[in-house]
Amino acid sequence: MNRREFAKLLGLSATALSGIPLGVTRAVGQTKGGTLNTIIQPEPPILVTALNQQQPTLTLGGKIYESLLRYGADLKPLPGLAESWTVSPDGLVYTFKLFPGITFHDGKPLTSEDVVFSVTKVLVETHARARGTFLRIEKAEAPDPLTVVFTLKAPFAPFLNSFDCTTAPIVPKHIYDGTDFRKNPANAQAIGSGPFKLKEWVKGSHVHLVKHEGYYRKGEPHLDEIIYRVIPDGASRAVALEQGKVQLTQWTDVELFDVARLSKLPNVEMTTKGYEFFAPHFWLEFNLRVKPMDDKRFRQAVMFAVDRKALLQRVFFNLGKVATGPVSSKTRFYEKDVKQYDYSLDKAKALLDEMGLKPGADGKRVSIKFLVPPYGEIWQRSAEFFKQSLGRVGIDLQLENLDLAGWAERTSNWNYEITCNLLYQFGDPALGVSRSYITANIRKGILFSNIAGYSNPEVDRLFEEAAVATSDAKRQELYTAVQKIVVEEVPIAWMVEQDFPNFIDKRLKNVITTGIGVHETFGAVTLG
Amino acid sequence: MTAVSVDAKGDRVFAIALALAGWVIKFIAVVLVIATFNFILVHAAPGDPAQVIAGQSGASDEKLLAQLRAEYGLDKPYPIQLATYLKRVVTLDLGYSYRQQRTVASLILERLPATLLLTATAFSLALLSGIILGTLAGVRAGKWSDTVLTVVSLLLYATPVFWLGLMLVLLFSVQLDWLPAFGYVTIGVPMTALQRMVDIGWHLILPAVSLAAVYLAIYTRLMRSSVLDVTHQDFIKTAKAKGLKQGRIIIRHILRNAMLPIVTVAGMQAGALVGGAVVIETVFAWPGLGRLIYDALLQRDYPVLLGVFLVMSVIVIALNLLTDAIYRVIDPRVSVRAAS
Repeated sequence: MNRREFAKLLGLSATALSGIPLGVTRAVGQTKGGTLNTIIQPEPPILVTALNQQQPTLTLGGKIYESLLRYGADLKPLPGLAESWTVSPDGLVYTFKLFPGITFHDGKPLTSEDVVFSVTKVLVETHARARGTFLRIEKAEAPDPLTVVFTLKAPFAPFLNSFDCTTAPIVPKHIYDGTDFRKNPANAQAIGSGPFKLKEWVKGSHVHLVKHEGYYRKGEPHLDEIIYRVIPDGASRAVALEQGKVQLTQWTDVELFDVARLSKLPNVEMTTKGYEFFAPHFWLEFNLRVKPMDDKRFRQAVMFAVDRKALLQRVFFNLGKVATGPVSSKTRFYEKDVKQYDYSLDKAKALLDEMGLKPGADGKRVSIKFLVPPYGEIWQRSAEFFKQSLGRVGIDLQLENLDLAGWAERTSNWNYEITCNLLYQFGDPALGVSRSYITANIRKGILFSNIAGYSNPEVDRLFEEAAVATSDAKRQELYTAVQKIVVEEVPIAWMVEQDFPNFIDKRLKNVITTGIGVHETFGAVTLG
Repeated sequence: MTAVSVDAKGDRVFAIALALAGWVIKFIAVVLVIATFNFILVHAAPGDPAQVIAGQSGASDEKLLAQLRAEYGLDKPYPIQLATYLKRVVTLDLGYSYRQQRTVASLILERLPATLLLTATAFSLALLSGIILGTLAGVRAGKWSDTVLTVVSLLLYATPVFWLGLMLVLLFSVQLDWLPAFGYVTIGVPMTALQRMVDIGWHLILPAVSLAAVYLAIYTRLMRSSVLDVTHQDFIKTAKAKGLKQGRIIIRHILRNAMLPIVTVAGMQAGALVGGAVVIETVFAWPGLGRLIYDALLQRDYPVLLGVFLVMSVIVIALNLLTDAIYRVIDPRVSVRAAS
């Protein structure tokens, strides 16, 4: 007996309920049209990705706002709004040619003027991450409606890696020009040029996107609509997937302990692809201003004392890879030939002894406060794992729990001893890696800066040179050198390159096609 | 005589007006004190909305934090922020949530219907069945049916509400597929008004029943002991001696007298009606006020938090007055003077 039969049985509402289709609402065998039901959690505050870069905003906003380029799983650029592009040999002039016939959701054309305006007026004002890159632009020109020319003040190697939809969403100039961007009433409508436009947003319930009829790529989008449901409870999200009420999950929608069980569902496939651009790196963050964390030997001892393979298996359910250093193996210029820290309690103890940190009568050498970040189950379990691991070598961790606001306040103001953190790499070490190690980025009160307080002039120099070098070979050489130094000094104890599961209904095609995965436009996604 | 009586009447009108004015002043004073207290409490929590937004964005810099703090008015000293806030309270302006880019009033109004529907349904369900079951258990005290009811209500009382909700979902949605597991209404399907109502009702069953379960247990137990109390009073013996029928004794004599404690507790819990039910709303993805408050707290969305707290305080004060009024209806011994 199913829901409708049950309703009939009760004699209730049989007529009222009939005509309300349940589940997927389209005839079998069609590849055109259809509704994709998926999850968004937590609910984003607004949908304008130029103004807000929280994870759910970016995932959902990727359908509404597009940028010049996309990136494959190898992080090489692919055409987005730009059909083609060239870079001058001196690495200073970038010229993009737009596809013809691009329109915004309000029907007005998208031209090179909108691109110049978005990049040089809006994003440098509103987007902390984009600001660092786009402030390097000396001048931006729009010689004709389909051509954009950016001239940089000095070469910046990852400039071409900064035009994905999460870093450089293009917004309409005719709506935002001369206004206070954050207070513009049009923000509620979220007008972009992506294949889907906002139809309705019922706060606390769902966001309903429908096809943008004037989309410039012929035949796209295939889907008629996408419904992002807000389902705050993890168990309810698992039920939604099991029952086929949603056909796609991403990021942390499915709790890691549920992944193995749900992977056995006959109607879905699980993949961890599509996070290459972000390459989330999970690590222990020391406060190097506090003893004994200021001593390299202590930090190395921590690396030896944590069985990271076990951490990956027990806590992360094998979703990920053991991290070997500051650069993720998914990011460009990764160097695997660095000092290895294999699990060894003896080596850890020897280092601690050498430092003079002898165990007391209770077996404890030192007691350290550990701030547990409030991001969920995994973080709590990891903290417990660290407490146990370090306890074995006499380092006593005292766990302290806070909510997000409290944790962010304490950590960014250096009011902590050890905590853990997860940072994205954004496709290039100059964008997502160097920020945690260079002296210039030690900034109190700022999250995701060099919070540990690590400072090494040689590391500063190598990162700086690598960012402006124009040949990939030269960059690799510099990044290899810096990785070797940093891994030896362990300013941060890298633990896991975390993977996130995507569960995809088998009828869906072309969902994960690039390195930005579920942030893609979904114009090419078909259901059938 | 006439002149005197007019005077007396005038005096009474004057007295009532005075009392009313006193009450209004008291009400405003209480609201202002509550508002000030809320403000201090909310701002005492560590961290601010700017840090939260930065924390969830994966990147941050001084400019972003400064912009956000200016937007929230957090760049000004606390006394000025408090003064601005109290001024808004007096002018009945709940403020604006920059985080959600909406006025707080519209955010609350949007969530209130779903919450009221859920909590009022659960509350009535619990109250009604609690009274009936409690009375049944009370008059059959010591018999096996009483034992069963008492044990079941104890179990319900001890069951965590989220667990109960999940178990009901597992049974009725996953296993039997009779009822929807979550949500408020079927999304993305055109419906007539009647279809929509039925559809919402359909979605309401599981969350309302889960939420009602705990309250039900409280009312059942309370009603049982209250009924037992009254049953041993002299006037019941009198009624029995008069030869009244059992049913009439229960309804006219026992129930009416046993209701008072229930009304007291129900009146106190009615405040939770507007507060929503965070846990149930979360488990069932019900777009209610409870989740709005919870999210606002985690995000340090001060305007929303303060706005919701204020609206709730006002409603709770109003509900307390209503409870007083109900006392008078049920128990004539409670006089207007005594209650006020």
